[in-house]
Amino acid sequence: MTDAFLSALFLQAGYNATLVSIGAALLGLATGSVGAFLTLRRRALASDAMAHATLPGIGLAFLAMAAHGGDGRNLAGLLLGAGLTAALGLFLLQRLTTRTRLPEDAAIGAVLSTFYGAGIVLLTVIQNLSLGRPAGLEGFLLGSTAGMLLSDAMLIAGGGAVILLILALLRRPLAMTAFDPDHARQMGVNTRATDTALLLLTLACVLLGLRVVGLILIVALLITPALTARLWSDRIGIVALLAGGIGAVAGHLGASLSLALPDLPTGPSIVLLVFAAFLASLLLAPGNGLFSRRRRTAPDPA
Amino acid sequence: MMDGSEFVPLTLPPLVIATLAALACAGPGNFLLLRRQSLLGDAMAHVVLPGIVAAFLLTGSAAPGVMLAGALAAAALSSLLIEAIRRAARADAGAAMGATFTAMFASGVLLLEISGTSAMHLDVEHALYGSLEGLIWIDATGWASLTDPQALATLPPELPLLALVAAAILAALALFWRPLTIATFDEGFAATMGIPTRALSAGLTGLTALAAVAAFSAVGSILTIAMLVCPAATARLLTDSLPRQMLLSLAIAATTAILGTLAAGYLPLAMGLPFAVSAAGSIATLAGLFLALAAWIGPRRHRVAPSL
Repeated sequence: MTDAFLSALFLQAGYNATLVSIGAALLGLATGSVGAFLTLRRRALASDAMAHATLPGIGLAFLAMAAHGGDGRNLAGLLLGAGLTAALGLFLLQRLTTRTRLPEDAAIGAVLSTFYGAGIVLLTVIQNLSLGRPAGLEGFLLGSTAGMLLSDAMLIAGGGAVILLILALLRRPLAMTAFDPDHARQMGVNTRATDTALLLLTLACVLLGLRVVGLILIVALLITPALTARLWSDRIGIVALLAGGIGAVAGHLGASLSLALPDLPTGPSIVLLVFAAFLASLLLAPGNGLFSRRRRTAPDPA
Repeated sequence: MMDGSEFVPLTLPPLVIATLAALACAGPGNFLLLRRQSLLGDAMAHVVLPGIVAAFLLTGSAAPGVMLAGALAAAALSSLLIEAIRRAARADAGAAMGATFTAMFASGVLLLEISGTSAMHLDVEHALYGSLEGLIWIDATGWASLTDPQALATLPPELPLLALVAAAILAALALFWRPLTIATFDEGFAATMGIPTRALSAGLTGLTALAAVAAFSAVGSILTIAMLVCPAATARLLTDSLPRQMLLSLAIAATTAILGTLAAGYLPLAMGLPFAVSAAGSIATLAGLFLALAAWIGPRRHRVAPSL
């Protein structure tokens, strides 16, 4: 097991495994950086609603592809379906928060549980129709690298690269909107378009993360690296890079672990690695860490 | 069919259990909604998993009392953790909650996987969407069993447990109605009146955790979240009065649970499909559809009442 882990870690476990762990690292990099902006904008949990809203789309896409005689587990097809219902969930979330008097957190909870419930109903339909093994779909709940195809890994790696590119291009309006929307508007930033772009980038991260981290825990890869990075720096550019770096390391390590231990779901491993980084930073980070805070509040000798 | 020889043992127990779980969750959900803490229920439903797994690993027992204690301990730990992260990392409540419940859920999954707790009859899927359909009453033969003490003794243990929890939660809400309402609408005013607002807030968190824990083991996390959020949100779009909102939400919760269970069992059959679908999923979906209806035409749906 240790050998398998080490060879995956140092990209020596064969072409496929190497691509999977590089894909997971790129995914962590993209998701961590996007999460830095999302957390700063205080929309972190909207991504949880989106992530859970992918499940009915995955089920419907599977049924549609199986009905047309195709392979129900084609990743691109499943992600297309997931993207459609997640976008619908996001649209309904925005409508509920802007058009009714429900607070955003209740709207998030409502969208999340309703779409997820519908997804579970669809999964039981698929199971009972015995259209192939639904085991392939349950990997989307908690992530798995087992049985990942080369094309899947390419899709995840390529998508991660595109997200990073767009994020780099939009970093200025995103940062200005996150810090002070009113000021950003005065400076000529279209804050509504910027917010929409941020949510679409988040949606892309959620979709790419489905296969590796799973829809239940992907939100951790958006939030926790960002919280960790903010313990080390106050500058958004550095926070985004650091969060991306933490996400990349956790993604790579988690995928390597799961390649060595196929029974271990990838999502929980990645999430616990990220959380460990957060706890360590909480103790150690200069300025914000608990140790340095204690030092600062120590009684003045004078 | 009329003698209930199928309905009583197979459909009635899940129906009653789902209804009790819905009532236990919908009650506290009303106060969570007004305090903008609806996602506390989401967090609680996730952190229950490591609690019950750890309790099982420590004691070797899967008795409902042990599971309940473990889950309550995990819920308490998570609310401490959320508060600590909020302060230490200066994070907003949502982010602190997200970081906490994902980490705790992940550790629950990991504990399950590495310890191979198959003796516990718990796997991740069960935790996520429960197994309402599995809660059958084997010794029941028909409606007559409802008055037969011997048959009643073999009811699924989840049923009396949830009945007790639902009654306790609703009684606590009724008992502390006045201080809880005042503290929810105006915490500062409540404090000047000598109402212990912090104790009330902790008590509400405790009730939410209790509801989430009791419902979780019977119906899974998804239905728990749906019932903590949706009925109260639906009722909020229908009325301005809190007592009416509370009663409406309980009625909506019970209706959703009953119709959802029946739909999951019989709708696919009516459509010519030879199987049933997930009852928990079907109830959650129905709860969302009711909310959508209220958001579309509910008399009190608007943020600000239209001026006359």
